[in-house]
Amino acid sequence: MADVPQKIATRAAYGKALVRLGEINRDVVVLDADLSKSTRTDAFAKKFPERFFDMGIAEADMMGTAAGLAASGKIPFASSFAIFASGRAYDQVRQTAGYCRLNVKIGASHGGITVGEDGASHQSIEDVALMRVIPGMTVIVPADAIETEQAVFAAARHEGPVYIRTGRSAVPIVFDEGYKFEIGKAATVCEGNDVTIIACGVMLSASLEAADILCGQGVSARVLNMATIKPIDVEAVVKAAEETGALVTAEEHSIIGGLGSAVSEVVGEMCPVPVERIGVRDVFGQSGTPDELMKVYSLTADDIVRAAVRAIERNGT
Amino acid sequence: MTQEEAKKLQRIAQNIRLSVVKSITAAGSGHPGGSLSVADILTTLYFKVMRIDSKDPTWPDRDRFVMSKGHAAPALYATLAEAGYIPKEELITLRKLGSRLQGHPSMRQVPGVEMSTGSLGQGLSAANGMAIAAKLDNRPTRVYVIIGDGESQEGQIWEASMTSVHRKLDNLMVFLDYNGLQIDGTIVDVKSFTNPAARWEAFGWHVLEIDGHDIEAIYDACEEARATKGRPTLVVAHTVKGKGVPFMENIVDWHGKAPSGEQAEEAIGHIEAVLGSLM
Repeated sequence: MADVPQKIATRAAYGKALVRLGEINRDVVVLDADLSKSTRTDAFAKKFPERFFDMGIAEADMMGTAAGLAASGKIPFASSFAIFASGRAYDQVRQTAGYCRLNVKIGASHGGITVGEDGASHQSIEDVALMRVIPGMTVIVPADAIETEQAVFAAARHEGPVYIRTGRSAVPIVFDEGYKFEIGKAATVCEGNDVTIIACGVMLSASLEAADILCGQGVSARVLNMATIKPIDVEAVVKAAEETGALVTAEEHSIIGGLGSAVSEVVGEMCPVPVERIGVRDVFGQSGTPDELMKVYSLTADDIVRAAVRAIERNGT
Repeated sequence: MTQEEAKKLQRIAQNIRLSVVKSITAAGSGHPGGSLSVADILTTLYFKVMRIDSKDPTWPDRDRFVMSKGHAAPALYATLAEAGYIPKEELITLRKLGSRLQGHPSMRQVPGVEMSTGSLGQGLSAANGMAIAAKLDNRPTRVYVIIGDGESQEGQIWEASMTSVHRKLDNLMVFLDYNGLQIDGTIVDVKSFTNPAARWEAFGWHVLEIDGHDIEAIYDACEEARATKGRPTLVVAHTVKGKGVPFMENIVDWHGKAPSGEQAEEAIGHIEAVLGSLM
């Protein structure tokens, strides 16, 4: 049993964390747009019906309402699928949560292509980019259940808008109970000297797998978990670039505008080294099982391994 | 309301109109038409109806006002200046670099602005959030909103209107500034929006229809809204775009441009004459 890591979807951890948060903070309110069984806010709804607001299928209205609640001292967690929370309600998030610097927390579940069978209409591969570009927005993509729970609590403590992206599929628990998540701080999950894999979300466990494979090939790979995409941990990126000389980014998101871009921006300005980006390469997704899709869109441990080898080669030339 | 009080409020409304014309003229751009059309509603709310304290603009039990049609910012700023939230002299900094008085209202910069607006259709949702919060905390707070008729072409207005009714937000009151014009022409020509009262009633609102420049009627509507339990109230306020400046009245072009110096003088002269007659 000990060898088989426990798997929990980060959205499930989000739902559980909201209940615990609701128990200790009466100002926490939760909004949903007719997806509470999927975003897992239904547990909060059951426990605190007076503080739960199903806004119906109206994401724009939900974000505006959350802004009004925040302007009156509440800490609203507005929850929907990532595609709708970021895209459907983009202007509302930008104009109110963002421009007003309001204490709105956006719980965006079903991020990325592991949404699976629902297909491209529901697979959010742009949300991190959309949210990252809003001034003052904090963007967090937790890797496992432990980190998700801590991210929810950190978001509630943080003054200002926060976007938390979780996933539909069950993912392995990577962190132990002693882990301390901090907004804006990367975590070194695996030490190494030849290359650094910087990952977020579901790609962390694939990156650890890649590091194992690389180890077998005599390559020492560092794995950095970059849960906070914004503000990105500049110091950790620079340190990784300087110490290992080659970087790979791994995200379940477009290679445009997300983690890969954020890391490349830091590296390009401060310490140019080869960067290889693993992510969805400027195409829409499609229906399929999560595992099938991760292979089709080259988001597997093997893809990360190949990218690491390329980055190391480029560093050597 | 006594006649004396009504006159006093009418004078305030004229002073707000003066500030609107002066600030937009100084800025060289802005939206006079829709600012002038809401001056009487703003006056009645801020100087008769709302429980507010300009010395304590974040008082938790205060009433809230949201200018959903954010381009009427000059009227809101002029009202806040009259009410003592900001210095009157500051009004001529409207739209200038470094000024708190942004082209559209910013809650982080101007005391008394409860929600940043400008991207149309969003104010009612935010007001719903405030009304819900007040109910959660058992506060006496009432929330007031002005939306535009052109703005009502935004789908979010109708999403929000369903929320207000579903949540039984009887501490919420909305004024529809029904002046009949939008940037590209008349509402009827661009995308007709006839019989708003029937539309809002169909959505479950308590609906009133008044002359939006009649201060006593505005006040009576607020009192009726306050007495209405279990559902929110929407007032179809029949207004004249550009009200108070004869050459601007009902002219589409005055939606979003500043008067020239000469035109401003004419406008000011007219408003001051009306003001004099109210003394």
